[in-house]
Amino acid sequence: MSFVSDLINGADNKFDHTSLNALQKVTLRAVVMAFLFYGLAAIEGMIMRTASVIPSIPPVYSSPEHYFSIMTVHPIVGIFGSTYQLVFGAFMFLVPFLTKKPLYSVKLANWVWLLITIGTALSWIAAFAWNYAPLYTLYWPLPADTEQFKTVGGIVFILGVALIMFGTFGFIYNIYATIFARVGVHQNKTMKELLISGFGIDGILNLWYKLTGRQPYTKEPALSLPVVAIFRGTVDTFLDALIILGAGILVLVYLFADLGGLSLDVKSVDALLYKNWFWWGLDLVADGLVLIYVAGSWYLLATLITGQKLFMENVARAALMLELLVSWMVWSHHLLADQGQPEMMKLISGEMVTAFELLTQGLALFITLVTLWKARPLKMTNELKYLLGGLIGFGLAVPAGIIQADMAMNRVLHNTQWIIGAHVHIAIIVGLYMTLYSAVYVLWPHVTNNAKLWSQKLANTHFWLHLIGGIGMGAFMGMAGLDGMLRRHMYFNGEFDLMMILAGVCGAMVLLAWIIFLFNIIMSIGLKGLIGIFLPSKNKESSYGI
Amino acid sequence: MTFNDSLELLSFHWVAYSVYSALIISVVAWFGYNLTRQEKAKSIIRIPFYGFVGFLVVAGVGHHIFTYNSVPWVAQDINRHDMIPDKVYHINIKKHVFILPTEKMVINCGEQVLFDVTSEDLVYGFGLFRKNNTMVMQMQVNPGSRNDILWTFNQNGIYDLMSTEYSGPKGNDMFVKDAVEVIGCQNISEKNGGVK
Repeated sequence: MSFVSDLINGADNKFDHTSLNALQKVTLRAVVMAFLFYGLAAIEGMIMRTASVIPSIPPVYSSPEHYFSIMTVHPIVGIFGSTYQLVFGAFMFLVPFLTKKPLYSVKLANWVWLLITIGTALSWIAAFAWNYAPLYTLYWPLPADTEQFKTVGGIVFILGVALIMFGTFGFIYNIYATIFARVGVHQNKTMKELLISGFGIDGILNLWYKLTGRQPYTKEPALSLPVVAIFRGTVDTFLDALIILGAGILVLVYLFADLGGLSLDVKSVDALLYKNWFWWGLDLVADGLVLIYVAGSWYLLATLITGQKLFMENVARAALMLELLVSWMVWSHHLLADQGQPEMMKLISGEMVTAFELLTQGLALFITLVTLWKARPLKMTNELKYLLGGLIGFGLAVPAGIIQADMAMNRVLHNTQWIIGAHVHIAIIVGLYMTLYSAVYVLWPHVTNNAKLWSQKLANTHFWLHLIGGIGMGAFMGMAGLDGMLRRHMYFNGEFDLMMILAGVCGAMVLLAWIIFLFNIIMSIGLKGLIGIFLPSKNKESSYGI
Repeated sequence: MTFNDSLELLSFHWVAYSVYSALIISVVAWFGYNLTRQEKAKSIIRIPFYGFVGFLVVAGVGHHIFTYNSVPWVAQDINRHDMIPDKVYHINIKKHVFILPTEKMVINCGEQVLFDVTSEDLVYGFGLFRKNNTMVMQMQVNPGSRNDILWTFNQNGIYDLMSTEYSGPKGNDMFVKDAVEVIGCQNISEKNGGVK
């Protein structure tokens, strides 16, 4: 087939969007939007990296207002617009696929990606048009500071975030309604059985019964392990959405009051208490749902790649329960530099409980590697190598975070490039995205009805550029942090040029990797196929593989 | 082992984390390579499951015990309310401006100094930096709550003051050159970028 033919019709004309059912289409819509937002976040990241060396580049023009506007929307676009969409899209396909039940509502799934897309766009517009820039941390009372920010910008930004959260609630409802639907294999299951399995209590009971020499509590848990991970991670997704929405309502009250000529006293809300409350919720993203979802994804990928049972499945189920409890008690590691925070909370929540994330994530890594090992020899497929990349990402990023969650280290690392580079960016770009790329390749034949990948060489190039670029960028940002570079400061005098240039080169590799990946996917499904994904499906089926 | 200042601690950290990074990448790469091989791979080391679990627990908790015992500012920070400082500086921040008690805070070597910082409006940061931009220490400054840090300076130097927390675009200019000078230390170390 010619290049032009592939570009229009997809590789070897193998992708037929009319053959897709409603579930497949809604999944692909979310995936497409997720990767478009990923590209936007990557471009924003590169603008900020470049501005760290050449502050006058457009669209920054040496203006902190512009720079911090980009910094404010960068995580909104990257985390919510891209990651949330990709994960939600994948899980709304996987839960019906794994439970052999239809998705509760395809219509609701369509609302999810639409709400998140519109919400992300609104937040982006608020920063672009009005330079609203309180950063994602929204430290009180900055979001309500109408001396620095325009009120209308704040209202549009918060409305955007609210839409994202409403989309999130839609996802949560859809997932739980699907899991608890007593149809198909779950026709005879009670709510109690599904809840016990969802929270992993059956895994803990199995371990306990084994230790006390009894028969297992259950040989066939009601829910498969990846569904358990989705179930449990979604608890944190819900709590997190409640907190973010609550913060949004608080900000809106102040902004609307300002619009009405009323000046409410910002001191009515205690800044430190607000910080605790907000970080408790926000941290459920980083230390809750991400780690739980990722662990579950590793287990699923390892079992699909090997075709074998997971190693130490009961331990894995119990560890997911532990991770959920841990995720509720670790927020104080964000407040180790806050001197008003009680020392006991810093010690217990900030240091000791946080350290357990090393245990839970270490267990997930161990179980995944052993599962793969027991099935060798394996073919080095795309899904396997991306999975290994994901393991490396979290293997690097989790300890980098644990190291800073320490009262000694935090005193000299808090708010530096260390945490955002060595921890956050490596966790997201390498750990999370490589895991998600692995899932994309695993699900590819299922959601596209066996469309042909246009170029394996491009897939390989994408892999290496993304892996090396992602690790390199995080590492050089981290090194700049050790040299004292702050994460939320705009430098004008070339203080950290060397590290920023190196980080920028690696960032460019990540951006290039995305372009290559996108090109390869477009060539695989064709422009017709890409448009067709967004056209209504004739086949209204909301299940797959039953 | 004792770390006298942030540079010593961060240098140690740089080496330790780099070694760890090389190790974890190598381990996963080794796995990846051997996963595809037909012949059985020879294990370099056999790690029992519960040994691995024990290692993770010891590493996670031991890290804090190690720093508590080797980094002097941790115990000082925890016990600061029971200690009597040699000097106290009250600093105020309002509308993105540091209001210092004196133009330059001159501190004698080894003195325990309490920086008591208040904010009248937004969340700010209080950070001291060497002339080579490396950080000496920092803390958050929240409005409506106490923000105090007890610090002992063991090396001569002139340090700049910066806000280490984002407080809107205006906060980017929160910089006080030569805010702190430490004098009287016998072993002057220029490697730290203090005195030039």
